[in-house]
Amino acid sequence: MAISKRKRAMYTRYAVYALSIAALLAVALLVDWSKLSNAMFRWNLVKEQFPDILTKAAKNTVIFTILGFAGGLTFGLIFALMRLSTIRPYRWLAAIYIEIFRGIPLVVTLLILGFGIPIATGWQWPNAYMQGAVPLALVAAAYMAETIRAGIEAVPKGQMEAARSLGMSYPRAMSTIVIPQALRIIIPPLTNEFVLLIKDTSLISVLGVTAATKDLARFGRDGVNSTANATPLMVAGLVYLAMTLPLTQLVAWMERRAKAAGK
Amino acid sequence: MSQEPIFIDDYVVSISALNKSFGTNHVLRGIDLEVQRGEVVCIIGPSGSGKSTLLRCVNMLEQPSSGRIVVLGRELTHIDCDIDEARSKIGMVFQQFNLFPHMTALQNVCVAQRKVLKRSASEAEQTGRALLQRVGLGEKADAYPGQLSGGQQQRVAIARALAMNPDVMLFDEATSALDPELVGEVLQVMRSLADEGMTMLVVTHEMGFASNVASRVVFMDGGVIVEQGPPSQVISSPREERTRTFLANVLNH
Repeated sequence: MAISKRKRAMYTRYAVYALSIAALLAVALLVDWSKLSNAMFRWNLVKEQFPDILTKAAKNTVIFTILGFAGGLTFGLIFALMRLSTIRPYRWLAAIYIEIFRGIPLVVTLLILGFGIPIATGWQWPNAYMQGAVPLALVAAAYMAETIRAGIEAVPKGQMEAARSLGMSYPRAMSTIVIPQALRIIIPPLTNEFVLLIKDTSLISVLGVTAATKDLARFGRDGVNSTANATPLMVAGLVYLAMTLPLTQLVAWMERRAKAAGK
Repeated sequence: MSQEPIFIDDYVVSISALNKSFGTNHVLRGIDLEVQRGEVVCIIGPSGSGKSTLLRCVNMLEQPSSGRIVVLGRELTHIDCDIDEARSKIGMVFQQFNLFPHMTALQNVCVAQRKVLKRSASEAEQTGRALLQRVGLGEKADAYPGQLSGGQQQRVAIARALAMNPDVMLFDEATSALDPELVGEVLQVMRSLADEGMTMLVVTHEMGFASNVASRVVFMDGGVIVEQGPPSQVISSPREERTRTFLANVLNH
């Protein structure tokens, strides 16, 4: 006699549990934990990372992220408004910008702007922070422009019409009525954008760094070179998580709340 | 071609040879309409007849394809006309209320006073509270639109428009989105406005309101004005067959 569907689902579930536990046990038993922790997580090396990993490396990562985010938000808003403009050349310019900077890998953009421009023009970046943060901001602006545009388009058309019918100019209606509502809609995706930026700052070190401008990833990598041990990178990874996890949890919380409010 | 803005004091709204197309869809086909100070003009007609588009042309929310619109002596269709300034004197109430959801009722009523008329915060608030009182919502000044019923929201929207001291009010199916039991409170506010002599252009399906309050009823169909006149004529004894058919469909059930 064939077994019922619900019984089959139940047996399948038990089988998956059993296999998962077996796999975990196999890993726990087969891996040489002392060797692994010796190569990747040596306590004395962990302690050696502090305080510099926080006071220098993490600080630089935060500086790059905030500069990149602030610049990205500003230019992203400008490009979003250009995309929504009734003037065609503005729309085209913004579309071209967005496609270019979204289509080229960040590393390539960093190298072109960070090295290529100074070589081509003789102009020098005033400091390493600008050299890294400006290309980051320009790329972030392309992504954020699309996020902000979607947010503005999600505000009902009647809001703009009501504001205009009261005699507000287009810029006035945008800034006091539409954009405040759009911002609420896009805070979760913008927070995600912020998390991506935190991680993307790890690419800035391709431009070369001094001891003072090392970011977290570079700090960890240099630590690996000087100690011949993976521990510094593991610690750097944990510091990244300490920054990104609260933010991703915050987004999850905001989305749960928005979902509840929408009911 | 020199076209000086014309000033005709008697007419608050003067529309001539107005055409509006959306792509190949010819929505308004040569509309001529004049509204005198203090008149309440109700525009009725089947859906798709162009009545909302006509109303939205009066404050240029829709750009006319051709024709001339003069409101309060300002020729809106003239390239030199400051539309924002003209709109601040033309109040508009929408079917979907369109209150600003991130602001309280009082802030909704005050924001344009502050930003457009540059009134002081205290003057705007005083005017705002008085107007909310007037539409029966003095208690709801600090409520957000989401906390108000549809009828209350629409009354705030009327107060918001009145805060600009408009010389003419446009109502675009102001009660169509409301639950039936909430229609009365909004019509009552509109009626009291009419009684005070406000010039009003009202697109509506409320035949009772048109019969009792309108000084003139305009029946539109297919983008043209089919007939117009006092409600006793257009609603009670229409001359045109199309008007009769429409009224029969609206009234008989």
